[in-house]
Amino acid sequence: MQFFTDPNFQPWLIPLGPLLAFIIITLATNRAKLAPSGDMVYGGFRPPYGNMPVPVATPWSRFLSISVGLGGIIMSLLVSWSVVFRAIGDHDFGTSVVFGNSTDWLANGTQMLRVGVLVDPLNAVMLFMVPIVVLCIFIYSIGYMANDPRQSRFFALISLFAGAMLTLCVSDNLLFLFVGWEVMGLCSYLLIGFWFEKESAYKAAIKAFTTTRVADVIMLLGIVYLYHITGTLNFREIMYANNGALLEVLGNTPAILFGSFGFSAASLIGVFLIIGTIGKSAQFPLHVWLPDAMQGPTPVSAMIHAAAMVSAGIYAIIRMYPVFVGAGAFAADPHHGLFTQPLMLMALVGAFTALFAATMAVAQNDVKAVLAYSTISQLGFMMAALGIGAYVAATFHLITHAFFKALLFLSSGSVIHAMEHGEHHVHEHGHGHDGGGGHGTAAAATVHEHGAQDHSETHDAHAGHDAHGHGEEHAAHDEHAFDPQDMMNMGGLRNKIPVTFYAFMIGGFSLAGFPLITAGFWSKDEILADAWLGATEGFGPHAFVFVMLAVAAFLTAFYTMRQLCLTFFGEARTEEAAHAGLGGPNNIISQTMQLPLIILSFFAIFAGFVGVPKDFPILGSIFSSGGSFFFHLVERSVVPLGNIAPQHPAFNIFPVLVSFAVALGGLYLGWVMYGRKPLKAGEPDPLIDILGSSLHTTLKNRYYMDDLYTMLFVKPSQAIANFINVFIDKGLIDSILHGIARLAVWIGDFIKVLNLWLIYGVGDGIPRGIYRAGGWLRRTQSGRIQQYLLAVLIVAVLIGLVLAVTSGALAAPR
Amino acid sequence: MVPLWFYLIVAAALFSMGTFGVLSRRNGVAVLMSVELMLNAVNINLVAFWRYLTPEKINGMAFAAFVFVVAAAEAAVGLAIIISVYRNRHSVIPEEADTLRG
Repeated sequence: MQFFTDPNFQPWLIPLGPLLAFIIITLATNRAKLAPSGDMVYGGFRPPYGNMPVPVATPWSRFLSISVGLGGIIMSLLVSWSVVFRAIGDHDFGTSVVFGNSTDWLANGTQMLRVGVLVDPLNAVMLFMVPIVVLCIFIYSIGYMANDPRQSRFFALISLFAGAMLTLCVSDNLLFLFVGWEVMGLCSYLLIGFWFEKESAYKAAIKAFTTTRVADVIMLLGIVYLYHITGTLNFREIMYANNGALLEVLGNTPAILFGSFGFSAASLIGVFLIIGTIGKSAQFPLHVWLPDAMQGPTPVSAMIHAAAMVSAGIYAIIRMYPVFVGAGAFAADPHHGLFTQPLMLMALVGAFTALFAATMAVAQNDVKAVLAYSTISQLGFMMAALGIGAYVAATFHLITHAFFKALLFLSSGSVIHAMEHGEHHVHEHGHGHDGGGGHGTAAAATVHEHGAQDHSETHDAHAGHDAHGHGEEHAAHDEHAFDPQDMMNMGGLRNKIPVTFYAFMIGGFSLAGFPLITAGFWSKDEILADAWLGATEGFGPHAFVFVMLAVAAFLTAFYTMRQLCLTFFGEARTEEAAHAGLGGPNNIISQTMQLPLIILSFFAIFAGFVGVPKDFPILGSIFSSGGSFFFHLVERSVVPLGNIAPQHPAFNIFPVLVSFAVALGGLYLGWVMYGRKPLKAGEPDPLIDILGSSLHTTLKNRYYMDDLYTMLFVKPSQAIANFINVFIDKGLIDSILHGIARLAVWIGDFIKVLNLWLIYGVGDGIPRGIYRAGGWLRRTQSGRIQQYLLAVLIVAVLIGLVLAVTSGALAAPR
Repeated sequence: MVPLWFYLIVAAALFSMGTFGVLSRRNGVAVLMSVELMLNAVNINLVAFWRYLTPEKINGMAFAAFVFVVAAAEAAVGLAIIISVYRNRHSVIPEEADTLRG
């Protein structure tokens, strides 16, 4: 039993809880009964099943799944926090003390690949963040998924997801990390496509899976190459053993690809690993899957966007950071303007993505789409920070971002839930006898106008179109097409769901970097401070990063305010919004959905204070009198190499002022445009006038990146598949198969003829002959005894004569 | 002493009469009686050959005795069959008992 109290062994137990929960739920508690599909709703979508019976989780199964899932993650939380706090309490933690344990795994020739766990300062902070965020998401899911027919399945999958993330966090080598990484890829596929009845959901799942897979394959190449050169995948062996001897080897070996262009092995491996992260953390060329990942249930979005999936990408980079910086002949020193190719790649991709995604977020109307783009943008911040050497700031932002983004997603889920509640209400009470007279208000008309179109389409263009008298046409549409995620359908929710409103506001302000009191400010400020420090020394990449991030931060604040105002302020723009709510304050659904918001709000505010710079005026002396706690903890995870030790940027008023200016300026601009004069129902977005309709449409359509990819990759793939289908499958393979089939039929016909002529002829001929012979012989059977006797006599006389002649007796008288 | 061939001629005549009776009589009882005649002809042959050729052995007499026994048994079975046929068909004519005709 001493294993269970030994901190070297305990990390093994951290991922165990959710993984066990997954197995138990899948094998034991996932019971369903058949129920008519008529009133089943899959994520707001009623599949056209007629009234076919569909499996629905039984209440007992729901209860068990929830208990087991929660139990698993609570076990993880307890174990991991006990390890983390014990580690943090140890003064030497990170320098001479790390917790770890490993065992033989794969025999590989004469070498043994070992698998193990490791807790050092870097993943200690991950292990602090991940379980608590995941626990919040679990609690939230109880309420959010309460009416879903497949609730048990959901808890099983999300447990596996959490287990994979924790596996990745505690792993002490790249291969084990990659296992967690891939299992998360699988889980994201299963969970994004959780409501696979929806076409958009399964398409999004396939898109996410294939996009990340492209990157993962390249990352695996990097891992293989790394193993080829170093013979080990263990983090600490690669980076710290023998004072970084392996890093020198990596740095001094020219790469097998581009070696002549100054690429060292370390650089090539770094680039490969970064491409893996670009896929997983949704950076510029491969970001397209993340916005579509919103098709999953909202807790899954929170999981992917905050706690697990995208964080894993950044985490892996920080974990391998010394490899990117390199050593030996190709070593970099970002603090003195010396970059390796991977660092440069990260700085450029990160800074570009941060701004690029922020511009797209500005024009989105879907409440979750805005958050999705903000995630991409914030991950870009982290990448950029890593590119310029500020890995501690990146880690800090990773943690704070996880808290406030989980908060934002859960809040948006709460908003969507409230809107669906409102829709249900309207559907039940309002539109039953709608003849066009009773609800001829502008609000009701907007419902139909908006409801009739897909949220990904250009809503505003249609709105203008409708003004020319096509409203009637849309009004005839079924109100099932109402989109509860479209912010244009919301408004005035502040009073309907106050807890959600405050939580959303805290999360939003933290995302925007509202000065001093939010976590997001401190982490973002630190990135900007690092960038500014390099920029003042005249390093181009630093300056580029600083400018891009500052503009992105401004846009972030702006779209956050836009979102807050459109969703919560002003008057309800639709009937549904006017009836939105979580079904009363005291039911279990609203309680389980609001408790996590409160917990996460706490972290979204206070998580920043662990990283206040020491020499920040006033606050620095309050929170970090002995130096920033977070900074000192995390920098120890990469301690022994001089050229990558993070700098402690001296307090400089300029980046702080910039942080203040972009955050407050963005929020103010958002308030001016959307808050002071709230949008009325049916009114177009004021942004269209400012940006111009074509630019706005471009942003809204994601710079047509998806269309481009469709044209470049999806359509050619389909064309190739079609070609193969027509020419190879149907033409070549099918003709061979059909030829064989025809030959077989021909042989069969031949044998059939043979049967008829030969076998049947012989088989039937013999009995027929016997029959005929019998018919002929039967005439001798007269039944008259005296004829028989006569025959006997004749035969006897004949025999006698024959005997007499042959024996010569007749010739006797001689 | 009467020579052997006298006996043989008597026996052959008797056998021929018996054979003729068997083949030509319509009455079943008469057929049976004809069979008895044929058996007796055989007996005459047996006894005659014994007396003239091997009088020191008794196998000729023994054979004759066997033939008597067989003749008696045959008469008993034959009459029983005829009675049985008569009971079923009210006829003792062998030509009419042609159930086994093919």
